[in-house]
Amino acid sequence: MSVQQLSVFVENKQGGLAEVTRALAQEKINILALSIADTTDYGVLRMIVDRPEEAAEILKAQNAAVALTDVLAVKMPNHPGGLDGAVQALSKENIGIEYMYAFVCPLPGEACMVFRVEDREKAGKVLEDAGYLQLVTSDLYER
Amino acid sequence: MQVFFQKDIETMPRKELEALQLQKLKAAVAYCYHHTSFYRERLDKAGVGDGSRIKQLSDIQYIPYTTKDDFRDHYPFGLMAVPMKEVVRIHASSGTTGKPTVGVYTREDLDIWSDCVARVAVAGGVTAEDIVQISFGYGLFTGALGLHYGLEKIGATVIPASSGNTEKQMMMFRDFGVTGLVATPSYALYLSEAVKEAGYPMSAYKLRLGILGSEPCTPEMRDQIEENLGIYVSDNYGMTELGGPGVAGDCPMRQGMHFAEDHFLPEIIQPETGERLGEGEMGELVVTTLSKVGMPVLRYRTKDITSITYEPCPCGRTHARMSKTAGRTDDMLIIKGVNVFPTQIESVLIGTPHIGPHYQLVVRRKNYRDTLEVRVELINADLLDHYRELEALQRGLHDRLKSVLGLEAKVTLVQPKTLERFQGKAKRILDLRDQPEEE
Repeated sequence: MSVQQLSVFVENKQGGLAEVTRALAQEKINILALSIADTTDYGVLRMIVDRPEEAAEILKAQNAAVALTDVLAVKMPNHPGGLDGAVQALSKENIGIEYMYAFVCPLPGEACMVFRVEDREKAGKVLEDAGYLQLVTSDLYER
Repeated sequence: MQVFFQKDIETMPRKELEALQLQKLKAAVAYCYHHTSFYRERLDKAGVGDGSRIKQLSDIQYIPYTTKDDFRDHYPFGLMAVPMKEVVRIHASSGTTGKPTVGVYTREDLDIWSDCVARVAVAGGVTAEDIVQISFGYGLFTGALGLHYGLEKIGATVIPASSGNTEKQMMMFRDFGVTGLVATPSYALYLSEAVKEAGYPMSAYKLRLGILGSEPCTPEMRDQIEENLGIYVSDNYGMTELGGPGVAGDCPMRQGMHFAEDHFLPEIIQPETGERLGEGEMGELVVTTLSKVGMPVLRYRTKDITSITYEPCPCGRTHARMSKTAGRTDDMLIIKGVNVFPTQIESVLIGTPHIGPHYQLVVRRKNYRDTLEVRVELINADLLDHYRELEALQRGLHDRLKSVLGLEAKVTLVQPKTLERFQGKAKRILDLRDQPEEE
Protein backbone atom coordinates (compact mmCIF):
# COMPACT_ATOMS: atom_id res chain seq x y z
CA MET A 1 0.00 0.00 0.00
CA SER A 2 1.43 3.32 -1.00
CA VAL A 3 0.89 6.63 -2.69
CA GLN A 4 2.82 7.73 -5.80
CA GLN A 5 4.90 10.83 -5.39
CA LEU A 6 6.20 12.99 -8.20
CA SER A 7 9.67 14.54 -7.76
CA VAL A 8 10.59 17.34 -10.15
CA PHE A 9 13.95 19.06 -10.57
CA VAL A 10 13.43 22.83 -10.60
CA GLU A 11 16.24 25.17 -11.55
CA ASN A 12 16.61 28.22 -9.38
CA LYS A 13 15.84 30.75 -12.08
CA GLN A 14 13.08 33.20 -12.78
CA GLY A 15 9.94 31.30 -13.72
CA GLY A 16 11.42 27.87 -12.98
CA LEU A 17 8.57 26.82 -10.71
CA ALA A 18 5.98 28.61 -12.85
CA GLU A 19 6.84 26.37 -15.81
CA VAL A 20 5.95 23.31 -13.78
CA THR A 21 2.76 24.65 -12.25
CA ARG A 22 1.54 26.04 -15.56
CA ALA A 23 2.05 22.73 -17.35
CA LEU A 24 0.08 20.89 -14.67
CA ALA A 25 -2.68 23.50 -14.56
CA GLN A 26 -3.15 23.38 -18.33
CA GLU A 27 -3.69 19.64 -18.21
CA LYS A 28 -5.99 19.97 -15.20
CA ILE A 29 -3.78 17.97 -12.88
CA ASN A 30 -4.77 18.61 -9.29
CA ILE A 31 -2.03 18.99 -6.71
CA LEU A 32 -3.03 17.67 -3.35
CA ALA A 33 0.18 17.94 -1.42
CA LEU A 34 3.47 19.65 -2.10
CA SER A 35 6.83 20.09 -0.51
CA ILE A 36 9.91 21.81 -1.87
CA ALA A 37 13.45 21.24 -0.73
CA ASP A 38 15.85 23.84 -1.98
CA THR A 39 19.50 24.74 -2.20
CA THR A 40 20.80 27.98 -3.67
CA ASP A 41 20.98 26.43 -7.15
CA TYR A 42 17.98 24.22 -7.54
CA GLY A 43 15.03 22.75 -5.76
CA VAL A 44 13.35 19.39 -5.76
CA LEU A 45 9.60 19.73 -5.82
CA ARG A 46 7.72 16.77 -4.38
CA MET A 47 4.03 16.44 -5.07
CA ILE A 48 1.08 14.16 -4.59
CA VAL A 49 -1.21 14.67 -7.59
CA ASP A 50 -4.38 13.03 -8.81
CA ARG A 51 -2.90 11.51 -12.02
CA PRO A 52 0.79 10.97 -11.21
CA GLU A 53 1.82 9.00 -14.30
CA GLU A 54 0.17 11.44 -16.68
CA ALA A 55 1.71 14.37 -14.81
CA ALA A 56 5.17 12.78 -15.15
CA GLU A 57 4.74 12.45 -18.92
CA ILE A 58 3.57 16.04 -19.27
CA LEU A 59 6.60 17.33 -17.41
CA LYS A 60 9.05 15.06 -19.23
CA ALA A 61 7.76 16.44 -22.50
CA GLN A 62 8.90 19.84 -21.23
CA ASN A 63 12.43 18.47 -20.65
CA ALA A 64 12.01 18.36 -16.89
CA ALA A 65 13.84 15.72 -14.86
CA VAL A 66 11.01 13.81 -13.19
CA ALA A 67 10.90 10.74 -10.96
CA LEU A 68 7.95 8.74 -9.64
CA THR A 69 8.39 6.97 -6.32
CA ASP A 70 6.14 5.17 -3.89
CA VAL A 71 5.86 6.82 -0.53
CA LEU A 72 4.03 5.98 2.65
CA ALA A 73 1.00 8.17 3.43
CA VAL A 74 -0.91 7.81 6.67
CA LYS A 75 -3.88 9.49 8.25
CA MET A 76 -3.05 11.56 11.34
CA PRO A 77 -5.55 12.17 14.10
CA ASN A 78 -6.04 15.91 14.37
CA HIS A 79 -5.14 16.38 18.05
CA PRO A 80 -2.02 17.04 20.17
CA GLY A 81 0.34 14.09 20.09
CA GLY A 82 -1.06 12.74 16.85
CA LEU A 83 2.22 13.02 14.99
CA ASP A 84 4.33 12.17 18.00
CA GLY A 85 2.81 8.70 18.28
CA ALA A 86 3.78 7.88 14.69
CA VAL A 87 7.33 9.22 14.96
CA GLN A 88 7.87 7.45 18.29
CA ALA A 89 6.73 4.15 16.78
CA LEU A 90 9.14 4.48 13.84
CA SER A 91 11.98 5.57 16.11
CA LYS A 92 11.49 2.58 18.40
CA GLU A 93 11.95 0.28 15.41
CA ASN A 94 15.03 2.21 14.25
CA ILE A 95 13.37 3.34 11.03
CA GLY A 96 15.01 6.54 9.82
CA ILE A 97 12.91 9.18 8.08
CA GLU A 98 14.54 10.76 5.04
CA TYR A 99 11.93 13.45 4.69
CA MET A 100 8.26 13.99 5.50
CA TYR A 101 5.56 16.51 4.86
CA ALA A 102 1.99 17.04 5.94
CA PHE A 103 -1.11 17.97 4.00
CA VAL A 104 -4.78 18.48 4.57
CA CYS A 105 -6.69 15.28 4.13
CA PRO A 106 -9.87 15.28 2.05
CA LEU A 107 -11.46 13.34 4.90
CA PRO A 108 -12.92 15.94 7.23
CA GLY A 109 -11.22 16.47 10.55
CA GLU A 110 -8.08 14.55 9.66
CA ALA A 111 -4.55 15.41 8.58
CA CYS A 112 -2.28 13.33 6.35
CA MET A 113 1.44 12.77 6.54
CA VAL A 114 3.83 11.53 3.85
CA PHE A 115 6.90 9.64 5.04
CA ARG A 116 9.91 8.75 2.89
CA VAL A 117 11.70 5.88 4.61
CA GLU A 118 14.13 3.19 3.45
CA ASP A 119 11.88 0.22 4.25
CA ARG A 120 8.38 1.30 3.34
CA GLU A 121 6.76 -2.10 3.97
CA LYS A 122 8.15 -2.36 7.46
CA ALA A 123 7.37 1.25 8.35
CA GLY A 124 3.79 0.79 7.10
CA LYS A 125 3.34 -2.21 9.31
CA VAL A 126 4.82 -0.46 12.36
CA LEU A 127 2.45 2.47 11.89
CA GLU A 128 -0.59 0.27 11.36
CA ASP A 129 0.27 -1.62 14.54
CA ALA A 130 0.40 1.73 16.31
CA GLY A 131 -3.10 2.48 15.06
CA TYR A 132 -2.36 4.69 12.04
CA LEU A 133 -4.32 4.10 8.85
CA GLN A 134 -2.34 3.87 5.59
CA LEU A 135 -3.69 5.61 2.51
CA VAL A 136 -3.57 4.74 -1.17
CA THR A 137 -3.94 7.22 -4.02
CA SER A 138 -7.63 6.44 -4.50
CA ASP A 139 -8.38 7.35 -0.85
CA LEU A 140 -7.18 10.81 -1.62
CA TYR A 141 -9.38 11.41 -4.64
CA GLU A 142 -12.55 9.46 -4.41
CA ARG A 143 -14.79 11.54 -2.27
CA MET B 1 41.13 -4.49 -45.78
CA GLN B 2 43.23 -1.69 -47.20
CA VAL B 3 45.67 -0.47 -44.56
CA PHE B 4 47.53 2.31 -46.34
CA PHE B 5 46.57 4.70 -49.09
CA GLN B 6 50.15 5.44 -50.18
CA LYS B 7 52.16 2.71 -48.49
CA ASP B 8 55.58 3.60 -49.96
CA ILE B 9 55.35 7.13 -48.64
CA GLU B 10 53.58 6.39 -45.38
CA THR B 11 56.11 3.74 -44.34
CA MET B 12 59.22 5.34 -45.87
CA PRO B 13 62.30 4.86 -43.64
CA ARG B 14 62.85 8.00 -41.55
CA LYS B 15 66.30 8.67 -43.01
CA GLU B 16 64.87 8.80 -46.52
CA LEU B 17 61.88 10.82 -45.32
CA GLU B 18 64.13 13.40 -43.67
CA ALA B 19 66.30 13.66 -46.78
CA LEU B 20 63.14 14.26 -48.79
CA GLN B 21 61.97 16.88 -46.29
CA LEU B 22 65.29 18.74 -46.44
CA GLN B 23 65.22 18.83 -50.20
CA LYS B 24 61.57 19.98 -50.21
CA LEU B 25 62.16 22.55 -47.45
CA LYS B 26 64.93 24.22 -49.47
CA ALA B 27 62.72 24.24 -52.52
CA ALA B 28 59.77 25.64 -50.51
CA VAL B 29 61.85 28.49 -49.07
CA ALA B 30 63.20 29.35 -52.51
CA TYR B 31 59.68 29.18 -53.95
CA CYS B 32 58.27 31.50 -51.27
CA TYR B 33 61.22 33.86 -51.74
CA HIS B 34 60.73 34.15 -55.46
CA HIS B 35 56.94 34.21 -55.56
CA THR B 36 55.75 36.40 -52.67
CA SER B 37 57.00 39.81 -51.61
CA PHE B 38 55.80 39.06 -48.07
CA TYR B 39 58.21 36.14 -47.64
CA ARG B 40 61.02 37.76 -49.60
CA GLU B 41 61.09 40.72 -47.20
CA ARG B 42 60.86 38.49 -44.15
CA LEU B 43 63.53 36.07 -45.34
CA ASP B 44 65.92 38.86 -46.36
CA LYS B 45 65.46 40.56 -43.02
CA ALA B 46 66.21 37.31 -41.18
CA GLY B 47 69.30 36.70 -43.32
CA VAL B 48 67.93 33.44 -44.71
CA GLY B 49 67.50 34.75 -48.24
CA ASP B 50 66.32 32.17 -50.75
CA GLY B 51 67.26 29.31 -48.40
CA SER B 52 70.24 28.08 -50.40
CA ARG B 53 72.33 28.01 -47.22
CA ILE B 54 69.95 25.61 -45.46
CA LYS B 55 72.08 22.52 -44.77
CA GLN B 56 69.96 20.56 -42.28
CA LEU B 57 66.33 20.43 -41.16
CA SER B 58 67.10 22.22 -37.89
CA ASP B 59 68.21 25.26 -39.92
CA ILE B 60 64.48 25.94 -40.20
CA GLN B 61 64.88 27.73 -36.87
CA TYR B 62 66.33 30.75 -38.70
CA ILE B 63 63.13 31.27 -40.68
CA PRO B 64 60.67 33.74 -39.10
CA TYR B 65 57.27 32.51 -37.91
CA THR B 66 54.07 33.21 -39.82
CA THR B 67 50.97 33.95 -37.73
CA LYS B 68 47.24 34.26 -38.16
CA ASP B 69 47.72 38.03 -38.01
CA ASP B 70 49.92 37.83 -41.11
CA PHE B 71 47.00 36.17 -42.91
CA ARG B 72 44.65 38.91 -41.67
CA ASP B 73 47.03 41.74 -42.52
CA HIS B 74 47.42 40.39 -46.05
CA TYR B 75 43.76 39.49 -46.47
CA PRO B 76 42.63 38.18 -48.83
CA PHE B 77 45.36 37.26 -51.34
CA GLY B 78 48.59 38.86 -50.09
CA LEU B 79 50.22 35.50 -49.33
CA MET B 80 49.25 33.98 -52.65
CA ALA B 81 52.21 32.72 -54.71
CA VAL B 82 50.54 32.18 -58.10
CA PRO B 83 48.48 34.30 -60.48
CA MET B 84 44.72 33.91 -59.89
CA LYS B 85 44.46 32.22 -63.27
CA GLU B 86 46.12 29.14 -61.77
CA VAL B 87 43.86 29.07 -58.75
CA VAL B 88 40.98 26.63 -59.11
CA ARG B 89 39.42 26.92 -55.63
CA ILE B 90 39.18 29.36 -52.75
CA HIS B 91 38.28 28.35 -49.21
CA ALA B 92 38.11 30.40 -46.04
CA SER B 93 38.05 29.75 -42.32
CA SER B 94 34.81 30.02 -40.38
CA GLY B 95 36.03 33.32 -39.00
CA THR B 96 35.19 32.32 -35.41
CA THR B 97 37.86 34.70 -34.16
CA GLY B 98 37.55 37.63 -36.56
CA LYS B 99 38.06 38.11 -40.30
CA PRO B 100 38.18 34.80 -42.15
CA THR B 101 41.54 33.49 -43.30
CA VAL B 102 41.68 32.58 -46.94
CA GLY B 103 43.26 29.58 -48.62
CA VAL B 104 43.75 29.23 -52.37
CA TYR B 105 44.37 25.99 -54.26
CA THR B 106 45.90 25.17 -57.59
CA ARG B 107 44.94 21.92 -59.29
CA GLU B 108 48.09 20.31 -57.89
CA ASP B 109 47.20 21.55 -54.38
CA LEU B 110 43.77 19.92 -54.62
CA ASP B 111 45.34 16.68 -55.77
CA ILE B 112 47.81 16.53 -52.88
CA TRP B 113 45.15 17.62 -50.40
CA SER B 114 42.84 14.80 -51.42
CA ASP B 115 45.78 12.36 -51.11
CA CYS B 116 46.36 13.53 -47.54
CA VAL B 117 42.66 13.20 -46.66
CA ALA B 118 42.53 9.77 -48.32
CA ARG B 119 45.45 8.63 -46.15
CA VAL B 120 43.62 9.74 -43.00
CA ALA B 121 40.37 8.14 -44.10
CA VAL B 122 41.99 4.82 -45.03
CA ALA B 123 43.86 4.81 -41.71
CA GLY B 124 40.45 5.37 -40.07
CA GLY B 125 39.07 2.27 -41.81
CA VAL B 126 37.28 3.69 -44.87
CA THR B 127 37.25 1.46 -47.97
CA ALA B 128 35.78 1.76 -51.46
CA GLU B 129 32.76 -0.20 -50.15
CA ASP B 130 31.77 2.49 -47.66
CA ILE B 131 28.88 4.92 -47.99
CA VAL B 132 29.95 8.03 -46.14
CA GLN B 133 27.65 10.85 -45.09
CA ILE B 134 29.41 14.18 -44.76
CA SER B 135 27.56 16.11 -42.08
CA PHE B 136 30.01 18.99 -41.98
CA GLY B 137 28.58 22.27 -43.18
CA TYR B 138 29.50 22.72 -46.86
CA GLY B 139 30.55 26.11 -48.14
CA LEU B 140 33.79 28.00 -47.64
CA PHE B 141 34.79 25.69 -44.79
CA THR B 142 37.59 23.30 -45.83
CA GLY B 143 36.28 20.32 -43.85
CA ALA B 144 33.35 19.24 -46.00
CA LEU B 145 34.91 19.51 -49.46
CA GLY B 146 38.26 18.29 -48.15
CA LEU B 147 36.76 15.05 -46.90
CA HIS B 148 34.49 14.89 -49.94
CA TYR B 149 37.34 14.77 -52.45
CA GLY B 150 39.56 12.57 -50.27
CA LEU B 151 36.80 9.99 -49.84
CA GLU B 152 35.96 10.02 -53.54
CA LYS B 153 39.62 9.39 -54.26
CA ILE B 154 39.43 6.18 -52.22
CA GLY B 155 36.32 5.23 -54.17
CA ALA B 156 33.92 5.50 -51.26
CA THR B 157 30.36 6.65 -51.95
CA VAL B 158 29.94 10.20 -50.70
CA ILE B 159 26.67 11.77 -49.51
CA PRO B 160 27.11 15.54 -49.25
CA ALA B 161 24.48 15.91 -46.52
CA SER B 162 25.90 19.08 -44.93
CA SER B 163 24.97 19.81 -41.32
CA GLY B 164 21.57 20.41 -39.77
CA ASN B 165 18.15 18.83 -40.17
CA THR B 166 18.81 15.95 -37.82
CA GLU B 167 15.68 14.01 -38.80
CA LYS B 168 16.81 13.97 -42.42
CA GLN B 169 20.35 13.01 -41.43
CA MET B 170 18.96 9.98 -39.60
CA MET B 171 16.61 9.14 -42.44
CA MET B 172 19.56 9.03 -44.84
CA PHE B 173 21.52 6.88 -42.38
CA ARG B 174 18.74 4.33 -42.54
CA ASP B 175 17.51 4.63 -46.13
CA PHE B 176 20.90 4.92 -47.86
CA GLY B 177 22.61 2.29 -45.71
CA VAL B 178 25.23 4.80 -44.55
CA THR B 179 28.32 3.12 -43.07
CA GLY B 180 30.48 6.13 -42.30
CA LEU B 181 29.89 9.52 -40.73
CA VAL B 182 31.97 12.67 -41.14
CA ALA B 183 31.08 15.37 -38.59
CA THR B 184 32.43 17.49 -35.77
CA PRO B 185 32.64 15.49 -32.53
CA SER B 186 29.95 17.67 -30.94
CA TYR B 187 27.54 17.15 -33.83
CA ALA B 188 28.30 13.41 -33.89
CA LEU B 189 27.45 13.28 -30.20
CA TYR B 190 24.23 15.17 -30.82
CA LEU B 191 23.31 12.84 -33.69
CA SER B 192 24.13 9.82 -31.56
CA GLU B 193 21.67 10.98 -28.89
CA ALA B 194 19.05 11.68 -31.55
CA VAL B 195 19.52 8.18 -33.00
CA LYS B 196 18.95 6.66 -29.58
CA GLU B 197 15.80 8.72 -29.11
CA ALA B 198 14.40 8.18 -32.61
CA GLY B 199 13.36 4.72 -31.45
CA TYR B 200 14.45 2.65 -34.46
CA PRO B 201 16.33 -0.54 -33.56
CA MET B 202 20.08 -0.20 -34.05
CA SER B 203 19.77 -2.90 -36.74
CA ALA B 204 18.12 -0.21 -38.91
CA TYR B 205 21.53 1.47 -39.09
CA LYS B 206 24.63 0.17 -40.85
CA LEU B 207 26.99 2.78 -39.41
CA ARG B 208 30.41 1.36 -38.62
CA LEU B 209 32.85 4.25 -38.54
CA GLY B 210 33.21 7.96 -37.97
CA ILE B 211 35.89 10.33 -39.24
CA LEU B 212 35.53 13.26 -36.89
CA GLY B 213 37.38 16.54 -36.94
CA SER B 214 37.47 20.33 -37.01
CA GLU B 215 37.47 20.59 -33.22
CA PRO B 216 39.27 18.65 -30.47
CA CYS B 217 37.73 15.34 -29.41
CA THR B 218 38.69 13.96 -26.00
CA PRO B 219 39.05 10.16 -25.66
CA GLU B 220 36.05 10.23 -23.31
CA MET B 221 33.87 11.98 -25.88
CA ARG B 222 35.08 9.58 -28.55
CA ASP B 223 34.18 6.59 -26.35
CA GLN B 224 30.71 7.97 -25.79
CA ILE B 225 30.08 8.49 -29.52
CA GLU B 226 31.42 5.02 -30.28
CA GLU B 227 29.18 3.47 -27.66
CA ASN B 228 26.03 5.35 -28.67
CA LEU B 229 26.36 4.63 -32.39
CA GLY B 230 28.30 1.36 -32.26
CA ILE B 231 30.99 2.80 -34.54
CA TYR B 232 34.79 3.15 -34.62
CA VAL B 233 35.90 6.76 -34.49
CA SER B 234 39.13 8.26 -35.76
CA ASP B 235 40.32 11.79 -35.30
CA ASN B 236 42.20 13.99 -37.72
CA TYR B 237 43.84 17.37 -37.73
CA GLY B 238 44.07 20.30 -40.06
CA MET B 239 43.27 23.97 -40.51
CA THR B 240 42.45 26.41 -43.28
CA GLU B 241 45.86 28.09 -43.18
CA LEU B 242 47.52 24.74 -43.88
CA GLY B 243 44.97 23.76 -46.52
CA GLY B 244 42.34 22.03 -44.38
CA PRO B 245 41.94 18.51 -42.99
CA GLY B 246 44.48 15.79 -43.72
CA VAL B 247 47.52 17.40 -42.11
CA ALA B 248 47.55 14.56 -39.55
CA GLY B 249 45.27 11.68 -38.62
CA ASP B 250 44.77 8.68 -36.34
CA CYS B 251 46.05 5.26 -37.35
CA PRO B 252 44.43 2.07 -35.97
CA MET B 253 46.72 2.29 -32.90
CA ARG B 254 45.16 5.64 -32.01
CA GLN B 255 48.25 6.65 -30.09
CA GLY B 256 48.74 9.98 -31.79
CA MET B 257 47.92 11.34 -35.23
CA HIS B 258 50.47 10.78 -38.02
CA PHE B 259 51.49 13.87 -39.95
CA ALA B 260 51.67 13.70 -43.72
CA GLU B 261 55.33 14.50 -43.22
CA ASP B 262 56.23 14.51 -46.90
CA HIS B 263 53.93 17.54 -47.26
CA PHE B 264 54.06 19.15 -43.81
CA LEU B 265 57.06 19.72 -41.55
CA PRO B 266 56.02 19.98 -37.89
CA GLU B 267 57.86 21.56 -34.96
CA ILE B 268 56.96 22.28 -31.33
CA ILE B 269 57.84 25.58 -29.71
CA GLN B 270 57.43 27.25 -26.35
CA PRO B 271 54.51 29.63 -27.09
CA GLU B 272 55.75 32.54 -24.97
CA THR B 273 59.45 32.53 -25.90
CA GLY B 274 59.35 30.93 -29.35
CA GLU B 275 62.12 28.50 -28.29
CA ARG B 276 62.15 25.16 -30.14
CA LEU B 277 61.21 22.20 -27.92
CA GLY B 278 62.28 18.58 -28.18
CA GLU B 279 60.47 15.32 -28.87
CA GLY B 280 57.67 14.63 -26.39
CA GLU B 281 57.59 18.14 -24.94
CA MET B 282 54.24 19.96 -24.87
CA GLY B 283 54.12 23.25 -26.70
CA GLU B 284 52.64 25.09 -29.66
CA LEU B 285 52.59 23.26 -32.97
CA VAL B 286 54.33 25.06 -35.84
CA VAL B 287 53.94 23.71 -39.37
CA THR B 288 55.73 24.44 -42.65
CA THR B 289 54.04 23.34 -45.86
CA LEU B 290 56.45 21.52 -48.17
CA SER B 291 54.29 21.02 -51.25
CA LYS B 292 51.79 23.87 -51.42
CA VAL B 293 51.80 25.93 -54.57
CA GLY B 294 48.90 28.39 -54.28
CA MET B 295 49.52 29.64 -50.76
CA PRO B 296 52.59 28.08 -49.16
CA VAL B 297 53.25 28.79 -45.48
CA LEU B 298 56.56 28.86 -43.66
CA ARG B 299 56.53 28.03 -39.94
CA TYR B 300 52.88 28.69 -39.30
CA ARG B 301 52.02 29.09 -35.61
CA THR B 302 48.90 26.97 -35.23
CA LYS B 303 48.16 28.00 -31.60
CA ASP B 304 47.39 24.34 -30.90
CA ILE B 305 49.08 22.83 -27.87
CA THR B 306 50.42 19.33 -28.44
CA SER B 307 53.60 17.23 -28.48
CA ILE B 308 55.31 15.23 -31.23
CA THR B 309 56.90 11.79 -31.18
CA TYR B 310 59.12 10.23 -33.85
CA GLU B 311 58.99 6.77 -32.23
CA PRO B 312 58.19 4.01 -34.74
CA CYS B 313 54.47 3.21 -34.62
CA PRO B 314 53.27 -0.44 -34.49
CA CYS B 315 51.00 0.34 -37.45
CA GLY B 316 54.03 0.56 -39.71
CA ARG B 317 53.81 4.28 -40.49
CA THR B 318 57.09 6.11 -40.03
CA HIS B 319 55.68 9.62 -40.06
CA ALA B 320 55.78 11.60 -36.80
CA ARG B 321 52.75 11.57 -34.54
CA MET B 322 51.15 14.44 -32.63
CA SER B 323 49.26 13.81 -29.41
CA LYS B 324 45.65 14.92 -29.15
CA THR B 325 45.67 18.69 -28.86
CA ALA B 326 45.41 19.77 -25.24
CA GLY B 327 43.65 22.91 -26.44
CA ARG B 328 44.39 26.08 -28.33
CA THR B 329 46.35 28.95 -26.92
CA ASP B 330 43.19 30.87 -28.01
CA ASP B 331 40.73 28.68 -26.08
CA MET B 332 42.88 28.58 -23.03
CA LEU B 333 41.14 30.30 -20.19
CA ILE B 334 43.21 31.91 -17.50
CA ILE B 335 41.13 31.73 -14.35
CA LYS B 336 42.67 33.04 -11.16
CA GLY B 337 46.02 32.73 -12.93
CA VAL B 338 45.49 29.03 -13.65
CA ASN B 339 45.60 27.82 -17.27
CA VAL B 340 42.40 25.94 -18.02
CA PHE B 341 41.57 24.13 -21.25
CA PRO B 342 37.90 23.25 -21.86
CA THR B 343 39.04 19.77 -22.92
CA GLN B 344 40.26 19.10 -19.36
CA ILE B 345 36.81 19.87 -18.01
CA GLU B 346 35.19 17.79 -20.72
CA SER B 347 37.26 14.73 -19.79
CA VAL B 348 35.92 14.92 -16.22
CA LEU B 349 32.30 15.48 -17.24
CA ILE B 350 32.05 12.81 -19.91
CA GLY B 351 33.19 10.07 -17.54
CA THR B 352 30.57 10.97 -14.94
CA PRO B 353 27.32 9.01 -14.68
CA HIS B 354 23.89 10.65 -14.25
CA ILE B 355 24.76 13.77 -16.26
CA GLY B 356 24.61 14.48 -19.97
CA PRO B 357 27.69 15.05 -22.16
CA HIS B 358 26.86 18.67 -22.96
CA TYR B 359 28.17 21.46 -20.81
CA GLN B 360 28.67 25.19 -20.57
CA LEU B 361 31.46 27.05 -18.83
CA VAL B 362 30.67 30.45 -17.37
CA VAL B 363 33.54 32.63 -16.21
CA ARG B 364 32.73 35.69 -14.14
CA ARG B 365 34.64 38.27 -12.18
CA LYS B 366 33.30 39.16 -8.79
CA ASN B 367 35.12 41.50 -6.41
CA TYR B 368 38.17 41.26 -8.68
CA ARG B 369 38.21 37.49 -8.35
CA ASP B 370 37.51 35.09 -11.20
CA THR B 371 34.93 32.40 -10.72
CA LEU B 372 34.23 29.38 -12.90
CA GLU B 373 30.81 27.84 -13.13
CA VAL B 374 30.35 24.51 -14.88
CA ARG B 375 26.78 23.88 -15.98
CA VAL B 376 25.76 20.28 -16.69
CA GLU B 377 22.47 18.57 -17.41
CA LEU B 378 21.02 16.15 -14.88
CA ILE B 379 19.75 13.22 -16.93
CA ASN B 380 19.10 10.55 -14.34
CA ALA B 381 15.89 11.62 -12.58
CA ASP B 382 16.09 8.70 -10.16
CA LEU B 383 18.54 10.76 -8.17
CA LEU B 384 15.73 13.18 -7.30
CA ASP B 385 14.38 10.79 -4.74
CA HIS B 386 17.54 10.97 -2.68
CA TYR B 387 18.83 14.38 -1.94
CA ARG B 388 22.17 13.10 -0.78
CA GLU B 389 22.80 11.44 -4.15
CA LEU B 390 22.25 14.74 -5.91
CA GLU B 391 24.58 16.41 -3.46
CA ALA B 392 27.12 13.61 -3.83
CA LEU B 393 27.01 14.04 -7.63
CA GLN B 394 27.68 17.75 -7.32
CA ARG B 395 30.38 17.31 -4.71
CA GLY B 396 32.05 14.51 -6.69
CA LEU B 397 32.18 16.68 -9.82
CA HIS B 398 33.49 19.60 -7.84
CA ASP B 399 36.24 17.49 -6.25
CA ARG B 400 37.32 15.89 -9.52
CA LEU B 401 37.36 19.23 -11.32
CA LYS B 402 39.47 20.59 -8.51
CA SER B 403 42.01 17.80 -8.77
CA VAL B 404 42.22 18.07 -12.57
CA LEU B 405 42.23 21.86 -12.83
CA GLY B 406 43.68 22.83 -9.47
CA LEU B 407 40.84 25.29 -9.16
CA GLU B 408 37.51 25.61 -7.38
CA ALA B 409 34.60 25.44 -9.79
CA LYS B 410 30.95 25.80 -8.96
CA VAL B 411 28.95 22.92 -10.42
CA THR B 412 25.39 23.75 -11.41
CA LEU B 413 22.89 21.10 -12.38
CA VAL B 414 20.36 22.15 -14.99
CA GLN B 415 17.36 20.48 -16.61
CA PRO B 416 17.93 17.91 -19.35
CA LYS B 417 18.24 19.23 -22.94
CA THR B 418 18.39 22.87 -21.95
CA LEU B 419 22.05 23.55 -22.82
CA GLU B 420 22.71 24.54 -26.39
CA ARG B 421 23.55 21.79 -28.91
CA PHE B 422 26.01 22.59 -31.69
CA GLN B 423 25.99 21.46 -35.29
CA GLY B 424 29.37 22.94 -36.17
CA LYS B 425 32.12 24.02 -33.86
CA ALA B 426 30.90 24.06 -30.28
CA LYS B 427 30.95 27.32 -28.35
CA ARG B 428 30.74 26.25 -24.76
CA ILE B 429 32.48 29.11 -23.02
CA LEU B 430 30.68 32.16 -21.74
CA ASP B 431 33.27 34.63 -20.50
CA LEU B 432 31.49 37.45 -18.70
CA ARG B 433 34.59 39.01 -17.19
CA ASP B 434 34.49 42.07 -19.43
CA GLN B 435 30.91 42.77 -18.51
CA PRO B 436 29.72 44.87 -15.58
CA GLU B 437 29.52 42.90 -12.35
CA GLU B 438 26.24 41.40 -11.35
CA GLU B 439 24.93 42.76 -8.07
